[in-house]
Amino acid sequence: MSLDLFSIHKFTVKWRRYVAISREEIEKVALLARIRLEDSQVGALEKDVGNILNLVDQLQSADTSSVEPLAHPLDATQRLRADEVTEHDQREAFQRIAPATEDGLYLVPRVIE
Amino acid sequence: MQWEVVIGLEIHVQLATQTKIFSGTSTAYGAAPNTQASAVDLAMPGTLPVANEQAFRYATMFGLAIDADINRRSVFERKNYFYPDLPKGYQTTQLAQPIVGPGHVDIRLENGVEKRVRIHHAHLEEDAGKSLHEDYHGMTGIDLNRAGTPLIEIVTEPDMRSAEEAVAFARKLHGLVTSLGICDGDMSQGSMRFDVNVSVRPAGTDQLGTRTETKNLNSFRFMEAAIHHEVERQIDILEDGGEIVQETRLYNGDRNESRSMRTKEEANDYRYFPCPDLLPVEIDDAFIDSVRAVMPELPDTKEARFKADYGLSDYDAGLLSNNAATAEYFEATAKTGGDAKLAANWILGELSARLNAADLTIRQSPVPAERLGALVQRIADNTLSSSGAKKVFELLWNGDETAVDGIIEREGLKQVSDTGELEKLVDSVLADMGEQIAQYRAEEDPKKRKKLMGGFMGPLMKASKGQGNPKLLNEILQKKLEG
Repeated sequence: MSLDLFSIHKFTVKWRRYVAISREEIEKVALLARIRLEDSQVGALEKDVGNILNLVDQLQSADTSSVEPLAHPLDATQRLRADEVTEHDQREAFQRIAPATEDGLYLVPRVIE
Repeated sequence: MQWEVVIGLEIHVQLATQTKIFSGTSTAYGAAPNTQASAVDLAMPGTLPVANEQAFRYATMFGLAIDADINRRSVFERKNYFYPDLPKGYQTTQLAQPIVGPGHVDIRLENGVEKRVRIHHAHLEEDAGKSLHEDYHGMTGIDLNRAGTPLIEIVTEPDMRSAEEAVAFARKLHGLVTSLGICDGDMSQGSMRFDVNVSVRPAGTDQLGTRTETKNLNSFRFMEAAIHHEVERQIDILEDGGEIVQETRLYNGDRNESRSMRTKEEANDYRYFPCPDLLPVEIDDAFIDSVRAVMPELPDTKEARFKADYGLSDYDAGLLSNNAATAEYFEATAKTGGDAKLAANWILGELSARLNAADLTIRQSPVPAERLGALVQRIADNTLSSSGAKKVFELLWNGDETAVDGIIEREGLKQVSDTGELEKLVDSVLADMGEQIAQYRAEEDPKKRKKLMGGFMGPLMKASKGQGNPKLLNEILQKKLEG
């Protein structure tokens, strides 16, 4: 029994490359996605995201050289729409739920370029 | 050191569809802010995009016009970045599988040299909204009417070698998309926007220098000035031993200066991936054939026809064919006027000068083509002298509603072309000019003789009250003087 466990462990170690993600990378991805992370969350995410990347890494070992990249999981194509106006002005309804509006504009914190 | 300039362009062309690329919201220009921004355009949860067939038709038509491959299968991807005028947090665009593959546009420079500019590809995508940075209590105002307007982004190879070539290309492209009717071409309203990639390298070398990108130029004049400005800036840096930084720059046309956009490094990490909300689009040969069937005459074809059918020069045919409205105006004028070359001269000369000065397009011309045609007809049949024609044009320009023939009658501008009448006139004038006649006949130098002959024309025109046909008067005069 113990021998079996050992061999499984060995097998795993042999076939799995461990993919790590650094703290800096987690922080960069969070910035790009505009997600604020507390310091205490970063460590846990490092582990979780690392695990996901490991899963993906296993998939990478499959030979896909003869497979077309998949653009969409459904095997269907897009139906196109006729160029006709079907939407009408609902500004008032939309702006009722906006935090700030003026002169018909949505107001957002000043964008500095 | 001699420097070679290398220029590539990226052009955003707003397609002239009625509705947005992924929603049935109107794209009409000038609506009150956010009245043309529906739930899909605002990225409300639970909404789904549905692609506009007309956008695909227009993109396909552009591809056919530049002799490009049309990709039967195209895929939309998400280009992720945060900006308040981009409600979804990504722009839906195409990357790996754009609808239009490699093609080319041929340009002619002012010196007549022809050149081919290769198109790398053109893809469909959506426009963003507009940010208004005027002060709203320290906040930025967002108008999303433009968000989701269909665009094709056309990307050239770095094939242009001067600002002149880049502008010639831009004008040609403008003529092409407006002739096809896929874009209204109104650059002041942002219907066509140019990003210019510029680098320089020592003349005779092959390796490309580091390039900068100057974004959102919306007039040919600014584009030309921005290129000159950037070329000088780069050469100055390199000659001082510096290095060019690859960056995006903003050009201020009013001040003729540019500055680096302070964009964070991360901002360029767009993390593209195929959009799960949109299935791949497949178009077939029947679709492409149906687009080809309704494709208007291309400017190049039109130019060749103008040369063959109307006997116009390369230059005139090129100018008249590159703008669909001008071409239409020309053909209508030539048809009424009966003399195509004369029609071309008037359109490219007097009319263009007047329109430019008044900042009007040819569609807004106060003189309709048929009226200019009527004028051309009376010049061609010698009813009007050139000075008389100018007077009539002036009246037409200022909105005189009388028919051209009526104006000629009313103003007494009809030229006298009756040879018998003109001969009498010449005789009576010459009767008092014996001395000059003797001088003319004694002169042997042909140049001086010609000059002396001019001395008779003034009194003759005066005697005819400006109504004598100058060409006939000249012929009669010559005959009499030679005795």
